[in-house]
Amino acid sequence: MSPSAVGAKIPAGLAEFLADLEALGDRSERIEALIGIAKRYRPVPREVATPPYDDLHKVPACESQAYVWAVPQDDGTLRFHFAVLNPQGISAMAMAVILDENLSGAPVAEVAAVPSDIVYTIFGRELSMGKSMGLMAMVTMVRAAAERAAAARS
Amino acid sequence: MTDITSRGYSHPDSLVSTDWVAQHLEDSGVRVIESNEDPLLYPSGHVPRAQEVAWVRDLNDPVRRDYLQRAGFEALMSRLGVTPATKIVLYGDKNNWWSCYALWVFQLFGHTNAVIMDGGRLKWEKEGRPMVREGVKPEPTRYAAQERDDRRIRAFRDDVLAHLAKQGPLIDVRSPEEYNGTRLHMEAYPNEGALRGGHIPGAANVPWARAIVPDDGTFKTAADLRAIYEGEKGLKPSDDVIAYCRIGERSSHTWFVLSYLLGYEKVRNYDGSWTEWGNLVGVPIEK
Repeated sequence: MSPSAVGAKIPAGLAEFLADLEALGDRSERIEALIGIAKRYRPVPREVATPPYDDLHKVPACESQAYVWAVPQDDGTLRFHFAVLNPQGISAMAMAVILDENLSGAPVAEVAAVPSDIVYTIFGRELSMGKSMGLMAMVTMVRAAAERAAAARS
Repeated sequence: MTDITSRGYSHPDSLVSTDWVAQHLEDSGVRVIESNEDPLLYPSGHVPRAQEVAWVRDLNDPVRRDYLQRAGFEALMSRLGVTPATKIVLYGDKNNWWSCYALWVFQLFGHTNAVIMDGGRLKWEKEGRPMVREGVKPEPTRYAAQERDDRRIRAFRDDVLAHLAKQGPLIDVRSPEEYNGTRLHMEAYPNEGALRGGHIPGAANVPWARAIVPDDGTFKTAADLRAIYEGEKGLKPSDDVIAYCRIGERSSHTWFVLSYLLGYEKVRNYDGSWTEWGNLVGVPIEK
């Protein structure tokens, strides 16, 4: 799915990121890019949450044991934080970085329009069912937080 | 962690240790193959000289829901530089779950000279052993495989229905939430790929990872495994057992445990699993 096919407006930063990734074309180039992104992963800061993390923040269906926090900012946007407890959950770490770098600080109405299947744009179609469900659930949790924030403002 | 040979397994030669692998990295009769759920793991670093078998890309039929056919398997093995005599050592992430899945598919084509590296990627990394990013391009071989034989270790839905009719033992290796059907009811989250939740009537629930020592990913001793499958669930080595999960991946791990570590002679993996059963019209479901 290309970003242009999304329909509803998604944050410009994410659209640009997806377009750049799709432009890579070659699978190995995309994988190298995603491995580089995963290296930027940092777990949720202690001022936001400390382990053991509350199950309310746990991503369902994610075997990498990922957690999501959405912290309201003064300007009405959200700052997203993540924890990935499985040290081998490198795709979940890459996804956490992508969501934080491209959705934190974006208008919540646009974050609420991000479809879960950007996972396939990012990682390709070669994901197992379990892996794609876990990664899509990370997007779903971020979107759900944005939907709640947008509803609270209206 | 105890030595593999001292754990009481029926087929201890179905496992090799990380030490053994480290000593055989240059052995031309051995191919080390990594198989993961996470597609970024192998390219991020792997055991030196290891090759990758990507489950979705390499072992699945690209169109219909099935595994590859003989020609595809031959092409895969040829690409890997493998002959029927090559000893294949499989390892991977998630307690070797995906490597057991690959081993199960290899068995469908009769490549029996395949073993699992006990502890998988987790143990190799924890021991600080070398990881490299360079890939390997072996000289291709001409591999001749048998036709895929689904009869012995694979169960289809009609087999499960027949098994159910004679009250044969079933092991559901999913999480208790999946087994009970409660996860399907979580609002706003993707479901498990099935319209109905629950389990096949009479199935016992043994989550697959109970067979593993969490600290290092190695398999539990035979005595500990028997305590779970036989002590708690009443299985017997002479039983005709069918294991299932969501799409047959986790249950291939349990298939390996029962078949190789505990010596059960008739264990089948129902790879249609819950994504088939939970969508079938009219089949019985228990909650």
